[in-house]
Amino acid sequence: MGRIQLKQVKKAFGDVVVIPPLDLEIVDGEFVVFVGPSGCGKSTLLRLIAGLEDTTSGVIEIDGEDATALPPAKRRLAMVFQSYALYPHMTVRKNIAFPLRMAKMDQAEQDRRIEAAAKALNLTDYLHRRPGQLSGGQRQRVAIGRAIVREPAAFLFDEPLSNLDAALRVGMRMEISELHKKLKTTMVYVTHDQVEAMTMADKIVVLQAGVIEQVGSPLDLYHTPRNKFVAGFIGSPRMNLVEGTEAAKHNATTIGVRPEHIDISTTEGLWQGTVGVAEHLGSDTFLHVHGVPGCDPVTVRIAGDVALNHGDTVHLTPRADQIHKFDAQGLRIS
Amino acid sequence: MARAVTSQRKALNTVVAWSIGLLIFFPILWTILTSFKSEAEAIANPPVFMFFDWTLENYSVVLERSNYMRFLTNSVIIAGGSTLLGVLIAVPAAWSMAFVPSRRTKDILLWMLSTKMLPAVGVLYPIYLLCIRLGVLDNRAALVVILMLINLPIIVWMLYTYFREIPGEILEAARMDGATLKDEILYVLTPMAIPGIASTLLLNFILAWNEAFWTLNLTSVDAAPLTAFIASYSSPEGLFFAKLSAASTMAIAPILILGWFSQKQLVRGLTFGAVK
Ligand SMILES: Nc1ncnc2c1ncn2[C@@H]1O[C@H](COP(=O)(O)OP(=O)(O)OP(=O)(O)O)[C@@H](O)[C@H]1O
Ligand SMILES: [Mg+2]
Repeated sequence: MGRIQLKQVKKAFGDVVVIPPLDLEIVDGEFVVFVGPSGCGKSTLLRLIAGLEDTTSGVIEIDGEDATALPPAKRRLAMVFQSYALYPHMTVRKNIAFPLRMAKMDQAEQDRRIEAAAKALNLTDYLHRRPGQLSGGQRQRVAIGRAIVREPAAFLFDEPLSNLDAALRVGMRMEISELHKKLKTTMVYVTHDQVEAMTMADKIVVLQAGVIEQVGSPLDLYHTPRNKFVAGFIGSPRMNLVEGTEAAKHNATTIGVRPEHIDISTTEGLWQGTVGVAEHLGSDTFLHVHGVPGCDPVTVRIAGDVALNHGDTVHLTPRADQIHKFDAQGLRIS
Repeated sequence: MARAVTSQRKALNTVVAWSIGLLIFFPILWTILTSFKSEAEAIANPPVFMFFDWTLENYSVVLERSNYMRFLTNSVIIAGGSTLLGVLIAVPAAWSMAFVPSRRTKDILLWMLSTKMLPAVGVLYPIYLLCIRLGVLDNRAALVVILMLINLPIIVWMLYTYFREIPGEILEAARMDGATLKDEILYVLTPMAIPGIASTLLLNFILAWNEAFWTLNLTSVDAAPLTAFIASYSSPEGLFFAKLSAASTMAIAPILILGWFSQKQLVRGLTFGAVK
């Protein structure tokens, strides 16, 4: 079981309120991702759940029990740190065994669990090594191994992949996702990479300055962002936010159109502009178009390779059913 | 290639380093040489360097006249005891300063170090009276405690600098893994800080071994360590330079040997963790 509830949880460092009172419910077995810009309080929120930081006020419940005052060791949560935080003086085996040793588990059961974890994570050949003798990816796996052997109520991850190179990151992303499918244990995952958020999460929590902007499934957030911030934050490349007369035509202060929801033509369209930068990825082409009133540049995504380059004049037409409208406060108008 | 070190340059460095080393070591060397001279040769003018009649007479006289082993035992107990006790107290103190610092931590560290700037003689009177009142004058246990307190600021400061190099996340990981504070310090922090703790132990053992002010003032017979043993040969009347030298040599020999075998740790200790 791993149901986590935050009730009016607040965190201040001295006079600086990093997280104003906040409510959040994490259902048992869910994969929840916290995303948000740097410094918005993702790590702080995770550390509050872990018990590594004291709450200033509010209640944290784990499986219905008040855990606010419990030390980290008593919360039955496992954490994987960005820096891996392995014990450098212990072998891989000892690292993985450490939580079991602390729980005073009997040796046979310890060995059984370590072997199983090592096998699942491809670490069997490295059990006798020290962390210093491993690659970044292997260290990350040891950190995960150390977390899973305990069979915790929930896993907490703080940007676990950000020290890995791009290729390895994709691989580990899959491994963690598969681990979740297999274990069905609650996972709370912090990242600022929205691709990770979109691909891994059952539920995404978008944070800004310690405030939850929206909670929902990845596609919820993609299709119906609650406000301008979420609209701009979720999706890559970013949604185009158009202000002024174009928005007024839709009775909104701002309208948003995703790059993939704009049709392009060289002859006719609603908006006319000039191509600034053209990014040819092969699979897609991203055009950054200047000259559209109220939004500069407008980014357009076209599937496949198109022969449009810097300086070309293009006509853009947003798809009418894919236009998001926002009011003066930045809130969605449905 | 501006920073390339030529072999010529290296040779020069070596020569300079050895010269400085020998210059610093010279008084000790002279003491050791003198301990093998006769009393007359010891004060000969001009002084003789190597070419004299080597004799062990001074040593036999010194060993005969005083109980070297008793002084040695006292030195080991006082220096060792105060160092161990100091580290036991300093590890938790340094842990809290390094990993859960408050706004005043820096001030406290400086204040602790500032006690070392006070001339010891300034507190001789109160401590002496205290020892009399408590009936612990010339008592080894009392000296263990006093020397521990004298060196505690340095021990805490050194451990603090070592602990600061240990990433806090590793200790947090231990906490998440179910470690209690005791487990965390015992199984994670201490093993990771072993090199630092070792150099701290060593440096403080040497400081305590050489400590003369308190040991001379607070002991007479029972608790007197090797410093008192040396002092007993520096009498104003009579010429006993050779015997004084023999006593000194015997007093510093153990620590000299210890230092020789642990040079690496010592250098680390003396540079306060600045060199890795
Ligand atoms: N121990 C602390 N003392 C004071 N302020 C802190 C402390 N820890 C974090 N903060 C502040 O709290 C805010 C949130 O920090 P946090 O580390 O949670 O951000 P984050 O969302 O994880 O950012 P990033 O994506 O860069 O990791 C920041 O403004 C940070 O400066
Ligand atoms: Mg963070």
